[in-house]
Parts: sequence; structure tokens; C-alpha cells
Amino acid sequence: MQAEIRTLVDISDSDAARTGRADMMLDRARWAASIFERYDRETTMAIVDAVASCAHDHSARFAEAVVAESGFGVAAHKKIKNQLTARPLVDFYRDQDFVNARVDEPRKIVELPRPAGVIFALTPSTNPIATLHFKILMALMTRNAIVISPHPAVRESSVAAANALCAAAEDAGAPKAIIQILEEPTIPMVEAFMQSPKTNVILATGGTPMVRAAYSSSNPAIGVGPGNAPVYVDATADIAKAAQRIVASKSFDNSVLCTNESVLITTPDVESQLNIALKSANAHICNDDDTMRLRRFLFHPRGFNVEAIGRDATWIAQECGIRVSSNTKILVAPIARIGIEESLSREKLCPVLALHVAPTRAAAMAQARAVLRLTGAGHSAAVHARDEAVIMQYAGLVEAYRVVVNAPCSQGAAGFATNLAPTFTIGTGFFGRSSIGENVGPQHLVHWTRIAYNSDKDEPFGNYHGLGRQFRGPLATAPADGVPGTGAPRPVMAPQTSAIDGATKDELRRLIAEELRDLLRK
Amino acid sequence: MSQAKQEFLARSKEFWNPGKTQDWIDMGVDLVIDRREGYYLFDMDGRRLIDLHLNGGTYNLGHRNPELVEVLKAGTARFDMGNHHFPALARTALAEALQRCAPGPDFKYTAYGSGGGEAIDIALKTARHATQRRKIVSIHKAYHGHTGLAVKAGDHRFSGLFLSEDTNDEFSHVTFNDLTAMEDALRGRDVACVIMETIPATYGFPMPDEGYLPAVKALCEKYGALYIADEVQTGLMRTGEMWACTRYGVEPDIMVTGKGISGGMYPIACVLMTEACGGWLKEDGFGHMSTMGGAELGCIVAMKTLEIVQRPEARTMVGFISDYLRAGLDDIRAGFPDFFTGIRQHGLIMGLMFNDPQGAKPVMKRLYENGVWAIFSTLDPSVLQFKPGLLLNQGDAEEVLRRVAIAIEQARGDVMGNRKRMV
Repeated sequence: MQAEIRTLVDISDSDAARTGRADMMLDRARWAASIFERYDRETTMAIVDAVASCAHDHSARFAEAVVAESGFGVAAHKKIKNQLTARPLVDFYRDQDFVNARVDEPRKIVELPRPAGVIFALTPSTNPIATLHFKILMALMTRNAIVISPHPAVRESSVAAANALCAAAEDAGAPKAIIQILEEPTIPMVEAFMQSPKTNVILATGGTPMVRAAYSSSNPAIGVGPGNAPVYVDATADIAKAAQRIVASKSFDNSVLCTNESVLITTPDVESQLNIALKSANAHICNDDDTMRLRRFLFHPRGFNVEAIGRDATWIAQECGIRVSSNTKILVAPIARIGIEESLSREKLCPVLALHVAPTRAAAMAQARAVLRLTGAGHSAAVHARDEAVIMQYAGLVEAYRVVVNAPCSQGAAGFATNLAPTFTIGTGFFGRSSIGENVGPQHLVHWTRIAYNSDKDEPFGNYHGLGRQFRGPLATAPADGVPGTGAPRPVMAPQTSAIDGATKDELRRLIAEELRDLLRK
Repeated sequence: MSQAKQEFLARSKEFWNPGKTQDWIDMGVDLVIDRREGYYLFDMDGRRLIDLHLNGGTYNLGHRNPELVEVLKAGTARFDMGNHHFPALARTALAEALQRCAPGPDFKYTAYGSGGGEAIDIALKTARHATQRRKIVSIHKAYHGHTGLAVKAGDHRFSGLFLSEDTNDEFSHVTFNDLTAMEDALRGRDVACVIMETIPATYGFPMPDEGYLPAVKALCEKYGALYIADEVQTGLMRTGEMWACTRYGVEPDIMVTGKGISGGMYPIACVLMTEACGGWLKEDGFGHMSTMGGAELGCIVAMKTLEIVQRPEARTMVGFISDYLRAGLDDIRAGFPDFFTGIRQHGLIMGLMFNDPQGAKPVMKRLYENGVWAIFSTLDPSVLQFKPGLLLNQGDAEEVLRRVAIAIEQARGDVMGNRKRMV
């Protein structure tokens, strides 16, 4: 029977209520994590694969659901992102072992993985399901429990997705509630989770205030910053391909990936050819009047117009009163300046690309650096060129930790069109005041206990081969005396790697007891 | 022992209960609880104890649970105990909430007391009125509280002392798990009700045999008696289900809940009954009254308690805690099977059995010295009641096992002489 209790005294808006609820979820996560860390690699990967399959199977359904719920994005592209963050993500990390000990003979060191425990993860409205898939699979690969805080704009879809994946995990043998999700993600509630000492690490994706809150929470946090990627098209580039890739990147899910290109920079010798190529790729090059309308529509005194996030270029054009052809995929807005005075040189999570023509290659590079100095530090940058020296110089100048070459930046920086680690959590490092400067992956959710022997060569190292920590696996279900069918504990043992398992210990005890009795009798 | 505590204990003997105060000191548990929070108790001299007694489940959600403290405080801004004569906002709301989670679809009314004994008396009177019979059948070594009728239904230990045992042949006691004795007691068709703790607590949690409780219910139906489930210790999710009788497949006619439903913050106990049993509520609604029973502040706290225990997190926690502690206790027992002879368990309700008729007392004492508070079963002191709370976290559970291992080894030495361990 459903519990529905008429509330005469409503304490839901109190710290006690929030902490009470948060504590219950976090304590439950800690229980689940404490059992999950006893699992061996085989069982762990079976769970990961089962969840990835479930995620894959639901990719289309949840892509449509979030577009319907949020009102923006491109379902077909979201489906691709959802699929990419399921099986391909797991395959990328499949050969990395986060479960078994690592033996380093020459240094006489053995490393044992220790999962973080309870991960509190925020998921955004822009890439809700892909980020959810990503964070859940990272957590499961490393035998952590995860509690997700969904963005309110896509709450229902996110909750449905998390519940489906948790069911798949449990069916494959994961501890119960290894994945949990906040059904009512209010700001005070999220803060309660972030500040709780029961949270082991926060994976913060989202707006800067949320990320800053995570870092000030006194818990370890892995935060990301906003992007604002400059893309420099050099004279040595294949201009036609560059244009196609840039348009493909900006129109992919209508630029909601934070890795999307924000400002296109080139030189006069490239400009007209680039414009032609962009038009061929279905970009609309704005005139001054169009650009003014765009600027006014997209940027309010308080910041970016959130109504425009993830919207089609044709919709934005219509809202601005700009006439474009119906097959227009992106709008290109020429800007004369880059910096604080030009709002279009800021991040635009929509298919609008600013275009700046700098007089020389050196000037172009300086402008590219300026884009990231304005906002988006540590995030992404892109370059189209076939001159290594140019690329090196560019990469050393821009304050970004990933520079995508000759590829769409949206996908490339996130590891889906380059060989960077696939991720939906882009570490913006020191430039961006984040603790991690690379694409976040499972390795960030595990720390290692290092067993270090005396380095003196007279002290021999031990023989650790084949000796794993004993993986006790899931807990046996306790009996419920008197309830038919719930008799003595029936252990569900994972394959033992240790020489002496529980059954053998019992036998040893029995033998010892017998011996003692014999001795006493004599 | 500090000077302050010695003086305090002297005053307790002077003004409160000299016998009990001294008995505790003799048993090596000189506990005077001062601060308390979560599952921690702090003796006035500073010792910290992890509470595995919970006052029989009263502290299921811990001591001074912040949500319950908050709701009580907020409640006082609007309510007091209320006027017990009138329909009251909080009393009816709680009755609705209880009906929704009752152990059967036929439950309807809730009557209120301020404590378990009082609620048991209400239940027994209800059964007598509904059946127009006087006889009451209960279990040997049962415990239902200390009020007038309840104390007669319980073990003689608590009634004889006060010349308050049954002298009218109205209360008969049969052995737990003995269906023949039960049927014999019911055969005369003059029994109003069988009252049964789903798992007798003060007797050390002997567990019902498979099928025993449903068979008792069937016998009740056959002979026209009502089945009263005393869920005071076994209710509120402690078995992984709201009420333990549900786990055993029994839909009682009347059910009593107390202790835990108060949240440990405000005294309240409840009697749930089917429409068929609640005749007196229609015929003569003024027939039973209780100034303190169902106090509105208590109802407010009780509703919050019901809400918390029915959260999905609670149910999963019961599973984790039960499984983990059982595994740990099995490991400990494997080290001393000659002393620690068995474990009774249903969810968070556990009895640890020791190889000595008074064996649980030294265990209790050693646990106390090692920072764990658990109590021996009064009516079978070879069994220690082991009752983790619903919200016990993994860190504290691990602490408990570590300390229990130490304490049991020490107690074994006390009881069996300091023999070497077998393994």
C-alpha cells in the first residue's frame, strides 16, 4: 500500500529534512559501495556490460524524451551521443584493470585499487543522458556507488534512465541501489549532498555556480568549467574540409556540447574561400544588420539567452528576423573585435559561430588566445592546418588542455572523433581552476594503496604473482527464521583467487577441533 | 566512577528505584545516559556506547533523529496534546496513514494509548467486546506490558509480585510453537482472542516455526477467537517489511504498535482493528478514553516516523545491515562455537545464544566495557537481544562487529575459564 501521509506540520523546507533525506541516500550508497568493492573483475565487467547494453537499447527513447522535456536539442544526434557513451565507452576502457592488484617488480611495489566509495554526480540539461551514461559506467567500472543529481529541466527523463540502468545493474548482480538519483533536485538539497561528509567525491558538471559550490563544499570535487573554443583555420588547411567539419560540429545536437566551436578565426588570404565553403556546407553568413540582431537576441544584460540553447539555426534566425534558407544549419556572425566589448566572442550553446578575420597569422593566434582568456579557460580549442610548427605554436599559446586538429571540435575534444579519452566531463585544470586538466575517466575515481618494500637490494621482494586480494563477492542473504524458503545463508561466492577460502577455513577448524579433542582424551 | 555519578546514583536509590539501580551496578553496567544522538549513547562519565538495545525498537531511527526533533518542535508551534474527546486533525490523519500501511485490507480504525501496555489493554478489551467472551490465550514467557490486563497476559514474573496475576481462570498460557496446546486452549469456544508477539522479545526472540503463526490464525478462525498481533518490537520495517506478521503470512484481526512509532520523541501507541472488531467504537464511542492516548503531538511525530520507515532507502538498508551483521556474527561464532552457540534472526531482530543459562549477562557486561549497549533477555538470560537500528551505517556496523568479537571472547573467558580458543 502506498504511503500517503497528510502533512499537518510541513518541515520539508528545513535543514533537518534535507540532511535526513540526504543521509539516508548516502548511507545506502555507502553500504552498496562497501559490498561492491568485494567484487572481482569478471563480475564487475559483467555488470558494466549489462548496463552498457541497457543504455544502448534505450538510447533513442531517452534522446526523444529529453528533447520533448527540455524543448531543445536534436534527438537524432542525442541518440548518437547516448550510444557512444554506452558500449564504445566501455570498450575504450575494457583493457584497463581497476580491480586487480598491479605488481611492479623492479620497483618492489604492489598497488591495490581502492574505490572512492560514494560519488555524487551532477548531470546537465544539455547532455543529460550521455553524461548520465558516462558517469554511471565510470563508477561501475571502478566499483563505486553513485548518486545522481539531474538537472531540473530534464528531471523526468534522467530519473527514468537512471532507474532503468540501476535495474539492469542489480539484475547482473550489483549490490542494490548501486545507482541512485534525486527525484527532487532543489538547490538546497544538492548543497546538502555536496557538503555531507558521507559523500566521497563530487563529479560536478553544470553551470559555474554549481561547480564553484562543489569546490567550496569541503569534499573532494572534480569540476568542469565552461567552454568557449576558438577554431583557427590556417592558410595551410584543407579549407573545404575545414568548413564541413566546423558546420558538422556546430550543428551536431545544435552546439549543446561544451566543446563546440565558439569563434572562428582566420586570415584575409583564407577568408573568401572559407566563406564559400561554409555556404556550401549550409552555413548562413550574416551581414552587419543580422549580426546586430543576433547579438541582441542572444545576449541579455544578465547573460546568454537560455531560450536559445540547443535551438535550430532556422528558429534562431526567425526569432531575430533574419531571412535564411530552410536548409541552414548554422549562422555565422562576423565580428570586428574579440574581448569583453563583444558579447558574440563568448560561449554560445547554439549553432551560431562568430567569425573574426585577423590581419596576420600571428594576430590570429593572439586573438585565439584572447578568446579563452575571456572565458572558457582550460577547456577546448581547434585548429585546421597542415603545418606542424603552426599547430605547435597555436597549442602552446591557447590556454586549453585539448587542441583538436582537422576535426569537428564538439566531438573531437570529447574523445569521439580523436583518440582522446571519451568523456562528458572535460577537466579544465589550472587554467580553469579545476583539479583535473584532462578528460575525466575511471582512473580519477580510484586511488591506489601502494605496498612499498625496502629498496635495499638485500631485502627481497615477495612473489605476488597470482596472488590477488580475496574477492569475497556479494554478501550472503541472512536467513529470516520461520519464513519458508529463507533457510540458512546460501553464499553467492565469486570465484576465489586466494588459496584459503571460507570453506577450507571451516574444514581446518573442524580438523583442529577434532585433533584437540583427541589430545584431551589421551 | 566520578563523584558526580556516585552522588547521582545515591539519589536514584533514594528517590527512584533502589533495587534496579543497585542491580545494574552489580551486573557491571553502571550506565547513566546523558547525551544521545544517532545510535550513540554517552554515559554521564563520558563513555560512548553504540546502542543495540534501542529500548526494544523505540530508537529504530536513532536517538533525537533530526527530522523527528524538527517535526516535534514545529508541531509545538500549533499543537499540544489536544482534547482526547474530540475528533482531532492529527489523530485522524495518523489513523488514515496507519490504515494505508496496515497488515491487511480489512483494517479500518485506530485507537490510541500513550504506551504499549495501555494499547494492549485496549486490544484485549476490544476483543472481549467483539466476541462477548472473556478468555484470553497468550504464550508462556510472553511480554505485553505492565498495565492491568496486559500484565496478566504476560509472564507471571511481572504479575505475581504485585498479587496481580489472573485468579479468575481467564488467562491461559500455552507454549510457543506448540499447535496442539494452542488448539486445546481454544477448543472450548470461550476464548475472546489469542494475543501473540510475532517474535517474543523478552523471551529472547525464539522464532516461530515455519507455518506456526498461520496455523494459529486458522485455529482462531475455526474456534471463533480473534488474533491480536503484538508488533510493538517487530513492526516498523525491522524485518524488512512494515509488519513482521506479514512476513509470516498472517493478517491479524487487531494489531498493536508501540515503542518505535513514538520515534523515541513522544509517547504514543496504536491499536489497529478491522471494522468487524471495532464494534464498540460504533455502539459506545465513549466506552474507552485516554487523556494522553493519541496526543496530537505524538501523532505528528508518528506520522513522520511512518513516512521515514517507508522510504525505499529504509527497506534496502534493512537488507544490507541484516546480511552484513549476520555474516560478521557467523565469523565470530566460528571462533567460539562452544560458548556462542547460535543466532536467531529475522531482519534486524536478532538473538545471540550462549552456552549458559545466564550467559548473556557477562556478554552484556563485556559489551558495555567495549562500547556497545545490548541487553540480556529477562525471561531467558542465555540469549542476548541484538537489535541494530534501521539507519545503522556501514562504518558503525563494522565498529559493532569489531567490539562484539572482543567482548564475546572476554565473556567466554568469564564463563568458561580462560581456556585457549579452539581456532
